[in-house]
Amino acid sequence: MSKVAPDLKYSAEHEWIAADGTSPTTVGVSAVAADALGDIVYVDLPEVGSAVTAGEPCGEIESTKSVSDLYAPVTGKVTEVNTAVVDDPALVNSDPYGAGWLFKVTVESEGPLLTAAEYAAANGGGL
Amino acid sequence: MTENHTALYGEHEKAGASFTDFGGWQMPLKYSSELAEHHAVRNAAGLFDLSHMGEVWVSGPDAAAFLDYALAGKLSAVAVGKAKYSLICNADGGIIDDLISYRRSDEKYLVVPNAGNAAKVAGLLAERASGFDVAVEDVSSETSLIAVQGPHAEAILLTLVPADQHSRVTELKYYAAVEVGITVKGTVQELLLARTGYTGEDGFEIYVPNAGAAALWQALLESGQAHGLIPAGLAARDSLRLEAGMPLYGNELSLDGHAYAAGLGPVVSLAKESDFIGKAALAAIKAAGDGATTGRRLVGLKGLGRRSARGHYPVLKDGAVIGEVTSGQPSPTLGYPVAMAYVDVAHAEVGTLLDVDLRGKAEPFEVVALPFYKRQK
Repeated sequence: MSKVAPDLKYSAEHEWIAADGTSPTTVGVSAVAADALGDIVYVDLPEVGSAVTAGEPCGEIESTKSVSDLYAPVTGKVTEVNTAVVDDPALVNSDPYGAGWLFKVTVESEGPLLTAAEYAAANGGGL
Repeated sequence: MTENHTALYGEHEKAGASFTDFGGWQMPLKYSSELAEHHAVRNAAGLFDLSHMGEVWVSGPDAAAFLDYALAGKLSAVAVGKAKYSLICNADGGIIDDLISYRRSDEKYLVVPNAGNAAKVAGLLAERASGFDVAVEDVSSETSLIAVQGPHAEAILLTLVPADQHSRVTELKYYAAVEVGITVKGTVQELLLARTGYTGEDGFEIYVPNAGAAALWQALLESGQAHGLIPAGLAARDSLRLEAGMPLYGNELSLDGHAYAAGLGPVVSLAKESDFIGKAALAAIKAAGDGATTGRRLVGLKGLGRRSARGHYPVLKDGAVIGEVTSGQPSPTLGYPVAMAYVDVAHAEVGTLLDVDLRGKAEPFEVVALPFYKRQK
């Protein structure tokens, strides 16, 4: 299975958003990041209504072995968080591009994002 | 740094392992999910490559007296067939390594140091042997070590042991070792089997020449499958040992620390008649009460929230730093964060409420007795 979904855009810090310009957009972390982190046991997400800034930390993802900041890939306001993933963080490992999505945010502006092909190349793999 | 590969590297690659550097070795971190590997060891069995560990034979008429001098424990008191956990210290009482010594005969011991310290320990043993009638032989590079750990470990091992030798395995006590026939590809070979481990479960460690390691690994995987055995990497090994309250050299143990602060006072035999390296310093440390009535000592911490403490995070009491975390992560078995930390003895009592500075935010932890996890016997 490819670790990079083709229809998304990616930040260098491994977050993804939909590539079709919708707002609010869904945000998650890539399978590349989920695999590197190991089994994810805790996610700390921004609160609904809070403002996030592209490139700035907005939460945390904790695995058995390590903890990483979650970076906002866009600037905007959080409209929804995935409570299912808060209750069962393993969803980020099992379905990072689907049921393991993290939050939804309005898009005021995007940070520097990579196409799926660029992101795959930067992480040593193809699509 | 040289990236050493064990004789089982190809097996790990085949199994899809992701690798990590550990003590100068490329070792499997995990094969699929470190949580699944952890749970397999607690509930069934896991297979570990420990070939990065060192193996040093000490033999000769003075072997027992020599190890009494070179190590902190009383190795001369170990019965043939039994093993002992010990420390090798410097003259200041600092911990150079923790290691296990197996007495194989009156005049022969197998000493097993940690991977990253193996060459250093072998060298020190040779150095300290001057004046003793012993030979020190480092066979680390030609010896592989495979561990089968978990409640099903014995049943799995028995599938490879000829029936007339089963009692050697079933009657083997914890911290004991025996030569036993193990069948690999239809051939029975005599191997050294130890009932030891670093997981808090029942289990075995098997010493095998490099040339036979891959075949033994495959045989164990195959016969273990029906018993729920899966290969397990260093990530699971670390979470298992932490739950079991076992120290890791480099985290809980170091040259700057000493046995008393680490809770390893009973490992030090000040009572043995002969001198040993570090004895005078350790006697002085004990007399001064460092790690008991003054200074810091190692404690277990249980997280009261969901976030985990990690190595080097500061431990706080009323906002003041009173300690430092050495290891920490969410406990897969217990479901809450666990950690080990050195804290000021004034705050080391079980039940004390402390905070850990988790990246700028104080989170509550409680001092608890070690180990966090103890298997039901």
